[in-house]
Amino acid sequence: MKFWIFRNARYPFLEWRKKAYVFSATVLSIGILAMVANVILIGNWQSYGVDFTGGTRILVELPEGVTEAELREALGGAEAPPVSRFGAENEFTIRAPAEEGVAAEVVANRIRDQIAASPAIGEFEVLQTEFVGPTIGAELQQQALLAILISFFATLIYLAFRFEFRFGLASIIATVHDIVLTLGFLALFRVEISLPTVAAVLTIIGYSLNDTIVVFDRIRENLNKKGGRREDPVKLINRSINEVLPRTVLTSGTTLAVLLALLILGGAVIRDFTIVLILGVIIGTYSSIFVASPALLEIQKKFGTKEEAERKKRQRSRKKKKEAIPV
Amino acid sequence: MVCEYKWLENRLRTRSSTGTRRIPGGHPRPADLPTPDAIMFSSIRVRIILILAVIGFSGWYLYSNYQQTGSIVKLGLDLQGGMHLVLEVDDPDGTMSLEARSDAIDRSERIIRNRIDELGVEEPIVQKVGQDRLIVELAGVDDEERARELVGQTAMLEWKLVRPISQVEAALSRIDRAIVATLGADSLRALGRAVEVSPEEADEVADLLFRTDPDQEPAEPEEEDPQVVDEEAEAALQELEAEADLAAEEMALRPFTSLLLTSDGDGEFLLLNEDFALARSFLELPEVQAVLPREISLQFHWEPVAIGGRLYRALYVLERNPFITGEMLEDATATRDQQFNQAIVQFQLSRAGGRLFGDVTGRHIGDRIAILLDNEVVSAPVVRSRIGARGQIELGQQDMEEARDLALVLRAGALPAPLRIMEERTVGPSLGQDSIDQGMRAGLIGLVMIILIMIAYYRFTGVLAVLALSVYVALVLGGLAALNATLTLPGIAGLILSIGMAVDANVLIFERIREELAEGRAVRTAVDEGFGHALSAIVDANITTLITALILFQFGTGPVRGFAVTLSIGIIASFFTALYVTRTLYLVYLRGKKAQDTLSI
Repeated sequence: MKFWIFRNARYPFLEWRKKAYVFSATVLSIGILAMVANVILIGNWQSYGVDFTGGTRILVELPEGVTEAELREALGGAEAPPVSRFGAENEFTIRAPAEEGVAAEVVANRIRDQIAASPAIGEFEVLQTEFVGPTIGAELQQQALLAILISFFATLIYLAFRFEFRFGLASIIATVHDIVLTLGFLALFRVEISLPTVAAVLTIIGYSLNDTIVVFDRIRENLNKKGGRREDPVKLINRSINEVLPRTVLTSGTTLAVLLALLILGGAVIRDFTIVLILGVIIGTYSSIFVASPALLEIQKKFGTKEEAERKKRQRSRKKKKEAIPV
Repeated sequence: MVCEYKWLENRLRTRSSTGTRRIPGGHPRPADLPTPDAIMFSSIRVRIILILAVIGFSGWYLYSNYQQTGSIVKLGLDLQGGMHLVLEVDDPDGTMSLEARSDAIDRSERIIRNRIDELGVEEPIVQKVGQDRLIVELAGVDDEERARELVGQTAMLEWKLVRPISQVEAALSRIDRAIVATLGADSLRALGRAVEVSPEEADEVADLLFRTDPDQEPAEPEEEDPQVVDEEAEAALQELEAEADLAAEEMALRPFTSLLLTSDGDGEFLLLNEDFALARSFLELPEVQAVLPREISLQFHWEPVAIGGRLYRALYVLERNPFITGEMLEDATATRDQQFNQAIVQFQLSRAGGRLFGDVTGRHIGDRIAILLDNEVVSAPVVRSRIGARGQIELGQQDMEEARDLALVLRAGALPAPLRIMEERTVGPSLGQDSIDQGMRAGLIGLVMIILIMIAYYRFTGVLAVLALSVYVALVLGGLAALNATLTLPGIAGLILSIGMAVDANVLIFERIREELAEGRAVRTAVDEGFGHALSAIVDANITTLITALILFQFGTGPVRGFAVTLSIGIIASFFTALYVTRTLYLVYLRGKKAQDTLSI
């Protein structure tokens, strides 16, 4: 027996696009609301890690049985910097904000001394320390943003050249949708924004583009078939999505399987990172069907296709010619 | 053979009559008729040789990497543990131009490299990034404190003559007045009170309250009258209060001189170690520096000294300009002084330096000379006799490692400007190892899942895909090794994405072949069509992602770059594997097949 999932599927995806718009709009609003709430509650739209805010982050492994409360007590009780459990039972992350005029290693050493002085803790191991000056994070953010914008532009040009301009525009709309959705999720769950998180968001851009282009490729192919240009665009796009559906499901499924393995077995260091990637695969698959393709349709409805534009132009010039001939 | 052709021709004729076959814009394919076997065999041979050559290159790079470093791919510090530092010229007033900072970083790069080379870290990275930044990466360093010290220490060595304290006596009252004028009497008074009511004083009060003071042990502790305790505590508190008032007044009148104590040594004051930070911040005020005699500077000893159970700091009265600096140093070695069992650094000056040193020491026998490292006095020995090119620095209580490191940084030379650590990331070796192990296991299981899914879904074709994917893995690793790239956590993200795309390319092709087969095409035609039609999607998807990766590489730094590098390598490898390796494997697979046979797909 041969597996062939979603063979000859005929789902009316585009007919569902209104529902998809509502869904996307709702999720996007929740995300944006979360960002606004974050601005009010924690003073920043995302919960930036020390990579961006500057400061000191220390990962310690404490003896079995030491509680978070004891660690917090050791670090000065109410004035203790934020402490959170990390991965294994007895590993903790301590985040100390940057202090004006105090060298970061001084902060790190002070924290180490405080833990060492605590009778409740005893032997401990520092697994990781990070200190980042505040300016570096800002620079990194600027550069990443610039790079993303330029790559949007380049993608748009490439797709306009290989496909048509509206394909490029629709794929950028889908990618922006994916990025904003992901950022909204990060804001909602206050996932710490660190360097690996940035890499994960970049991966989402890549994945989303890939998915969208595969669907668009099939639309292009069907358009170029005999009679494709005259076919109802809704039907044509639906047919195209359904034709590549087996591939979409299989590829996303395989990628998700790998990511789930990483999530379950990969350890705490890459956990946040994997979660963002999994989210990205799901969002990317969704958006190639429910955002990019409808966007293509809407653009076409609003601005017309290349052929329509050409036909109009021809008509206009014909009209002009007619006018020019004296009766 | 003949009947095979007949069958195919008939078939083609019936299909083209339906009019749905040809796609406008599709390239003309000679595959409408099967390629003659002779051509196909030779092309298969060429293909296989090329693929083996590429695998061979990868293998060779991986092997030579393994020979050199003991691992096939260089792992980033976030994965293997180590220390990552970003340094910048410390220029708080912003007085240095960009060129000056850039030049200082260039020279620092060499000096820091020399220092680290002696430390014996394997493959350290010392690299200038941008105009005025330096990245230092040390893999597997376990003593961060020491590494930080070695990298960041300016190591400016100076010899200055010690002047008698009489030279500053007149200036001291001017200093006091300058401080009062700058900071204001009221805030100084508050400061004085806070310093006086220190934790130790508070402890004394507590002792009194709970009667643990041995001198005042009561005869009958149980029948203690609480009121007596209270009264005594009250008295102590009042006394403390009075002392605090006094201290506040002192501080408001003579903020600096009230901290100074006289010393036995020539040209030095002592002050309590707890007053050190305060006194230093007083001295750093520009208003205070302005009232100091022009030829004099006041500088502290680099560590506290214990006298009678309390810690003190020495403050030296020195000539402002050094008569000799570390630039004239030629060599430095650490040894242990047998007589006093203390660590010392012996130094050797250049000939010009030796002459100068001999001159000055000859004229100042019986005087003290201070040796300063980064503006702190390391030692201030009395000159017993004329000293030439060879001398020594006594390090007091420091251990041998400290002395060795000092000798090392002195040999490598001083940094042209003080550097500031902008960023530091240290991953302990155990965490690094843990994350490698876990990541490896998870990655392997992920790969096994891909293999299982592909084979379960595509059967024998799945096996071909798995073979192609193993070529892909070899190529990516080889590519990383060839470019000498470092695999970091963000890099793994890039790899996952490109593995996804490699799988995707195969899936696109196979799905297409299935579609063609379902439409009733012959096996070879279906395969050709499948590859042909999947091509445009694969090309466009890969090129778009490659464009993004290259732009990220160009404009990004650090982690973004790591991501971009592995992604680019991965995309190129996936492109090659899907379109060339899978195709070749298919050609081999189809070679023994007759047209009417079925495909295992």
